Amino acid sequence: MKVTMAVNDQEATSEVEPRLLLVHFLRDVLGLTGTHWGCDTSNCGACVVWLDGIPVKSCTTLAAMADGHAVRTVEDLDAGGSLDPVQEGFMQEHGLQCGFCTPGVMMTARWLLDRVPDPDEATIREAISGNLCRCTGYENIVRAIRWAAEHGRTEEMTA
Amino acid sequence: MTATEAPRTAAGNPLGFGRMLRKEDARFLRGKGKFVDDVNLPGMLHGAVLRSPYAHARIVSIDTGAAEAHPKVKAVITGKMLETRKLAWMPTLSGDVQSVLATDKVRFQGQEVAFVVAEDRYSARDALELIDVEYEPLEAVVDARRALDAGAPLIRDDLLGRTDNRIYDWEAGDRAACDEVFAHAEVVVAEDMIYPRVHPAPLETCGSVASMDNVTGKLTIWTTTQAPHAHRTLYALMTGLPEHKIQVISPDIGGGFGNKVGIYPGYICSVVASIVTGVPVKWVEDRSENLMSTSFARDYHMHGEIAATRAGQILGLRVTVLADHGAFNGVAQPTKFPAGFFHIFTGSYDFPAAYCQVTAVYSNKAPGGVAYACSFRITEAVYLVERMVNCLAFELQIDPAELRMKNLLRPEQFPYTTPTGWEYDSGDYPRALEEAMRIAGYDELRREQAERRARAAAGGPGPAEPRMGIGLSFFTEGAGAGPRKHMDIMGLGMADACELRVHPTGTAQLRLSVQTQGQGHETTFAQIVAHELGIPPEEVEVLHGDTDNTPFGLGTYGSRSTAVSGAATAVAARRVRDKARIIAAAALECSADDLEWELGRWQVKGDREHGQTIQEIALAAHGSLELPEGVEGHLDASVVYNPPNLTFPFGAYICVVDVDPDTGVVKVRRFIAVDDCGPRINPMIVEGQVHGGLADGVGMALMEVIAFDEAGNNLGGSFMDYLLPTSMECPSWELGETVTPSPHHPIGVKGVGESATVGSPAAVVNAVLDALQIRHADMPLTPAAVWRAIEGRPFRTDLAIV
Repeated sequence: MKVTMAVNDQEATSEVEPRLLLVHFLRDVLGLTGTHWGCDTSNCGACVVWLDGIPVKSCTTLAAMADGHAVRTVEDLDAGGSLDPVQEGFMQEHGLQCGFCTPGVMMTARWLLDRVPDPDEATIREAISGNLCRCTGYENIVRAIRWAAEHGRTEEMTA
Repeated sequence: MTATEAPRTAAGNPLGFGRMLRKEDARFLRGKGKFVDDVNLPGMLHGAVLRSPYAHARIVSIDTGAAEAHPKVKAVITGKMLETRKLAWMPTLSGDVQSVLATDKVRFQGQEVAFVVAEDRYSARDALELIDVEYEPLEAVVDARRALDAGAPLIRDDLLGRTDNRIYDWEAGDRAACDEVFAHAEVVVAEDMIYPRVHPAPLETCGSVASMDNVTGKLTIWTTTQAPHAHRTLYALMTGLPEHKIQVISPDIGGGFGNKVGIYPGYICSVVASIVTGVPVKWVEDRSENLMSTSFARDYHMHGEIAATRAGQILGLRVTVLADHGAFNGVAQPTKFPAGFFHIFTGSYDFPAAYCQVTAVYSNKAPGGVAYACSFRITEAVYLVERMVNCLAFELQIDPAELRMKNLLRPEQFPYTTPTGWEYDSGDYPRALEEAMRIAGYDELRREQAERRARAAAGGPGPAEPRMGIGLSFFTEGAGAGPRKHMDIMGLGMADACELRVHPTGTAQLRLSVQTQGQGHETTFAQIVAHELGIPPEEVEVLHGDTDNTPFGLGTYGSRSTAVSGAATAVAARRVRDKARIIAAAALECSADDLEWELGRWQVKGDREHGQTIQEIALAAHGSLELPEGVEGHLDASVVYNPPNLTFPFGAYICVVDVDPDTGVVKVRRFIAVDDCGPRINPMIVEGQVHGGLADGVGMALMEVIAFDEAGNNLGGSFMDYLLPTSMECPSWELGETVTPSPHHPIGVKGVGESATVGSPAAVVNAVLDALQIRHADMPLTPAAVWRAIEGRPFRTDLAIV
């Protein structure tokens, strides 16, 4: 089947199998390898991207379900040429180690901050509870998101 | 030799030790990391593994006809086909052999049976369904405690002359002296405990992309390995391909934790598939495959006994261990130590006598055993001793902090030789425990606990108040294996290396034999060079993970990198500095003896006006300056560092929990961790390493387990079943530090990668049991396990709940 979607504001059209997962469409068809594949069962969140402005786990979303919709991936976070405050926060607060979970967590964090610009620790922890990280013990991820909240821009980022 | 604040470079980085943002972050933040599954080559095919549904079964027949007929399938590889290449079996890291693709029997659920190569991932998976395997199911050995029973099914009938499932018996310590101590002790406390099977579960699974150039004969393999050089050698030994024609590239690694030390059948199959098809072949396992077939960790059934006086002076420790190694003995550890470093089990205390006996057995489970940041089984050892000390405190009704303080090794005892022969390099244990207790507000916590218990005893209407528990653990880690004389893996001595080149313009490249999996080597190692040479860390490029471009070494596991390659880096930089002195003297037309080093430059003693910066010296070293007789041009050094001993990091941990007695749910309220890993090169990175290990401790203590049902079905085969801690289960960690340098390491550092994973599980378990006022219950303390423990009906956490 043919799918067409806006990926990071660029139109992408491709002939795909109906069963193709969105994560594989992004990675293998479009070459956007920043989105990772970690568990197949929606538990780890390494594959989180935005579908029409809402974070989804692209390992359990079909490419077909994104047909006619807008997808945003980690590659778009610094679209303006400068790092998103979330990216900057992850660097400043050592919010990443191996970097594998990082794109998914950052996409979740950006979504949170667009809705709750000044979240407390408990709100942050709840928001990222669908993203597993094996390296950081979450402490510095929470600090990174707080950093972004304190230094962040305020305009609405949703599609 | 404590870390003092280094001056800052123009870029704002420390010219040496200190907090520095990571260089590697730039690519990861933008989604530009290069992980194995991100490698895509022209014409590349995709492999998938057919796995056994049975834990133990004889293979009657394999029919691959329908799979081969699939229009997108390019090859189907079976054990029979591998046999013709002598590759159906491969050596393990512990002197055993392991099936690559099963020929005779399958010996665990998830074992590799066939490998399909197709045009895309999905077609490869489709074709697996078309392979028809006829199995004759056999009785499985699921419970390690039944593995040596008369009449237990023989798992390894492939090994000539084998009649039972015993792998080895091993012991350490003086049994007679220990028995003597126990015979006369006022108090002896015994306890059985399981350190259950868990899995390192890095977020990136294992995989490889093999590309065989059939014209040049060169094999390039991009793969998830913590030890690229050791893998290159092993590929050469296994496949017969010449080692100089093999290039192993481990690009960015999405977490390792010991999961990426071994060589897995999928890697070998991707290599064979590339040879057969003549094009690159990618194989990346899915999460279930990762959890079911690659190296598990722990699986130790321990019986501990501790002897003491009634006043709480500990006298002896005696342990017997039944170790479940799975279907193949594939533990990754130094050859002379079949139980790893478990015999460091006297931990941080002054035990006059100690003895341990370890029996390892085969079972119908996946192979592995040494993984998950275990520091060659020091996790099991620390858990054992820290639980036994708490059991003793429970029996004697002594506060566990007081009992520990009374028996910890004292600073003046270092260097200290343990009853089983380890020589601890340095430590001030009481200071670390005092610091942890200070941060925790220990006395205040005990007061709060007493008040809560009094309220609970008084009773009252409404639901029960959570029970508060306080748990301690004190650990001594051992990092940085070798020396190579005593430690090797498959005959490869445990030394590591670096090559340092200073360019004409004064920037540098450092090539390492170790391999980061997130530890931040590109930053930390640049800081070591900056510390020694005064070259800004942003001008030092660290290269690793490509065997064609880095020196040989054993790789990153067992917290070895900074302890071994970090030492190599410091020594190489000092050699460069010594050579720079000679070159500076030539340039300044003075005697080298007249020069003194000030960070980044050699200058005439007492005369700041006359000197040469390292950058000026680098240019001169590559220029036309006439150098003294015997001094070669250029400015570089290569070093192989053979560590004289392990380094011994240590720490004191305190965990505070609240346990709901009605549901068994445990909430970790606080976790205080005081670590001493010597001077901290980059405190930010060190703290990050500790944070990650503390989360491991919460996970293992409360939720992680790979259990099996009576048929040998793996009950932890997905992240829906194998539970990992999220941000909700982890508290905000409270860290502290003390600094005791290692006297034998060039910059005094001890390593920290696994410290918190080693030390933290016992603190959490001790806290939960303290809350329940129960002497022992096994990990993981899930709500069900806690509830059953409260009921006085604890269950075997390693088996299906009955």
